[in-house]
Amino acid sequence: MWSTLSSIFPYAIGYTMPMLMAALGGLYSERSGVTNLGLEGLMVIVYFFSALAVKLTEATLGVNALGLGLLVGTVAGALFSLLHAFASINLKADQVISGTAINMIAGALTVYLARTITGSGNVRIMMGIIRKNIPVLSKIPIIGPLFFTQTYWTTWICLLVWLISYFLLSKTSFGLRLRACGEHPSAVASAGVNVHRMRYIGVILSGALSGFGGSVILITYSGEFNGTVAGLGFLSIAALIFGQWKVLGILGATFFFGIATTIANVSQVIPSLMIVPPVYFKIFPYVATLLALVAFSKRSAAPLASGQPY
Amino acid sequence: MNKMKRRESPGSNAFLMAVSAVILGLIAGAVLMAAIGSNPFSGFYYLFRGGLMNIERIGNTMATATTLMLVGLSVAFAFKTGLFNISAAGQMLVGGLCATIVAHKVFLPRPLFLIVLIASGILGGAIWGVIPGLLKARFNVHEVVATIMMNWIAYWSIYYFVPTYLKGPSLETESASIAISQSLRAPWLTKLFNGSYMNLGFFIAIVCVVLVKFILDKTTLGFSLKTVGFNRHCAEYAGIRVNSNVVISMMIAGGLAGLAGLTFYTGYSRNMQIGVLPAQGFDGIAVALLGASSPIGVFFSSFFFGILQSGKGFMNAMTSVPPEIADTIIATIIYFTATSVLFGRIWEAVFKRRRTIAKEEQ
Repeated sequence: MWSTLSSIFPYAIGYTMPMLMAALGGLYSERSGVTNLGLEGLMVIVYFFSALAVKLTEATLGVNALGLGLLVGTVAGALFSLLHAFASINLKADQVISGTAINMIAGALTVYLARTITGSGNVRIMMGIIRKNIPVLSKIPIIGPLFFTQTYWTTWICLLVWLISYFLLSKTSFGLRLRACGEHPSAVASAGVNVHRMRYIGVILSGALSGFGGSVILITYSGEFNGTVAGLGFLSIAALIFGQWKVLGILGATFFFGIATTIANVSQVIPSLMIVPPVYFKIFPYVATLLALVAFSKRSAAPLASGQPY
Repeated sequence: MNKMKRRESPGSNAFLMAVSAVILGLIAGAVLMAAIGSNPFSGFYYLFRGGLMNIERIGNTMATATTLMLVGLSVAFAFKTGLFNISAAGQMLVGGLCATIVAHKVFLPRPLFLIVLIASGILGGAIWGVIPGLLKARFNVHEVVATIMMNWIAYWSIYYFVPTYLKGPSLETESASIAISQSLRAPWLTKLFNGSYMNLGFFIAIVCVVLVKFILDKTTLGFSLKTVGFNRHCAEYAGIRVNSNVVISMMIAGGLAGLAGLTFYTGYSRNMQIGVLPAQGFDGIAVALLGASSPIGVFFSSFFFGILQSGKGFMNAMTSVPPEIADTIIATIIYFTATSVLFGRIWEAVFKRRRTIAKEEQ
C-alpha cells in the first residue's frame, strides 16, 4: 500500500496544481463580488494559446519556450477574462449567463482556430517539463518520497502563488478591501474605494490564475491541446466551495479532489486500488461539495454580495 | 399614458433585443470567417443551404430543433420561476440513459412500448432535476451550483456505466446501437423525409410546447410558479408555498430536459457516447434566452439554432470554414443576450435622438 501511495502521490500533486490555481483565481473573483463560472472556459482558451506559443517557438527557443507558454497563457487568461468583467461589472449582466457564454465561446472558438491552424482540432507540443527529485529533501523518510520526488518546477511556483495569495488576502489592506467588496460593496464605496476597480482586479486575477493553471496542464502532464480540460475548471469551482471560500480550505480541497481523481485514473493499472470502482472516486468531489453545501447551509461562508451587480 | 410609453420603450423590447443579439452573433461569425481568409457570404450561404436545401436536410434540421426545443423549454420553464437550470445537459444524459436502457431491455407492443420509453426519459430527467430543487427548497443551496455538480455526477456515472452494461460490439466509448423498431424513428417519417434523422420526438416536442404554454398561462400552478419568479417574498406573503413551487418547477424542467435526452439518444443518434456533456444542454440556454422564455419564442428560436447546427457539416464540406463556427455563433449570441443592456442603451439613445430631431423639426 505504501509503495502504491508513494508512486501515485507525485501524479496527484501534478494534477492538483492547475486546479489550485484556477480555484484561487475563482476565490479572488468571488471575494470581490463577481461569480466566475467561466473558469473552465478561461482554462481552455489559455490551453490553446499557450500550446500555440510553445509550438511556434520551441524549435528556436528550446526549453525557454515552456516559460514563454506560461507567460502567454497568463496574459491570455487575463485578457479573455475582461469579457466577463465588462459584462458583469459595467453592464450589470447576469454573471451566470456571462460565465456560461465564456465557457461555450472558449470551447468552440479554440477548436475553430486549431482546425484552421493545424488542420486537426489538436495542437501538439514536443517538449514538456521533466520531473526532478529535490536534492537532500527527497531523502527525508515518508515526506521525501511523497512531496519531494518527481516534482515539476511549476509546482513550486504554484505553491508560492498560493502563499502570496494567503498573505495578500488576509494581511494587507488591499485584501481587506477586496473581501469587503464581496460582502458589502456600498459600505466600501462610502469609504472611498472604487468598487468597480476592485472587482476588475478580482476578475482579471481570476483570468490570469486560471490561465497560469491552464498552461501548467499543457507543459506538465498533457503535452497537447485537445479542445477540453475535461471539467477541471468546474472541479475548481467545487473545490472553491468545498474549501468554504478560504485560502487554506482551497489548498486542502484541491488536494483532496486531486487525490481522488488520480486514484480513479490509475486504478485501471494498479489492481490493489480496484476494490472500490473508479466511478465513486470521480463523483466524490461533486457529491462531497453538495453535502458540504447542505452541512454549512445555516452559516454559509459565501461572500454575501457575490453575483450581485453593483 | 406614462406606463404605456415605458412598455414601448425600445430598450426593453424582447424581440428587438433578441434580433440585435442574433445580428451581432452573425456579424461575429462573419468576422471570424473573414479572419481565416474565407468569404463570409459564401460561408453563410452554405451554412443555411446545408440546413434547408432539400427535404432530407429539412428533416435533419427539424430533428436537431426537436432536442433544442425541449431543452429550451426546460430552461425557460425554470427561468419563469426565477431559477437557472444550467444542468439540462446532465438531465439529458440521465433521461437518455434511462430511455436507452428501456430501448435495449424492454420488449412490448409498439404503442405500449413508446409510452414506457417516454415515461422513462421523463423520469430520469425529473429525478436529476428534483434533487437541486429539493436542496434549494430545504437547504437554500444555490441551484446553479447544485445543478453544475449534478452535471458532472451524471457525466462520470455514464462514463463508467455505459461501457460496463451497454457496450456496443465495436467501440469502447459508445453504447450499442438501438434497433429502429425500439427507437423513436418511424419508417413512415423516415420515408417522408428521404431517410433523414427525423423521428417521433418532434411531435413530443410540439405537445410539450402546447402543454407548457397551457400550464403557464391557464392554470393555478402556472400562475403561482410565475409569481414566485417575479417576487419570491411577495408570493410568500400572498400565501403561495414558495418551496414546493421551486421543487415542482425544477422537477418539470428536469423532465423536459430528460425528454430532450430521449429524443436525442433514442431518436437522433440511437446510441450514447461517453465523455461528452451534450452541447444541446447549453445551446438550450441560448434557445430559451432568445425565445424570451416564452414557449412560442422557444419554438421559433430552436429552429434557428437547428439550422445552424445541422447546416455546419455541409458548410464545412463546401468551404474551408471549420464546423465549430456554428457553436461559436451560438455562444456569442448568448454573450450578447447577457449584455443586452448595452444595446438596450444604444437603441434608447438612437430612438431618443430621432425623437428630439423630429421635435426640433416641428
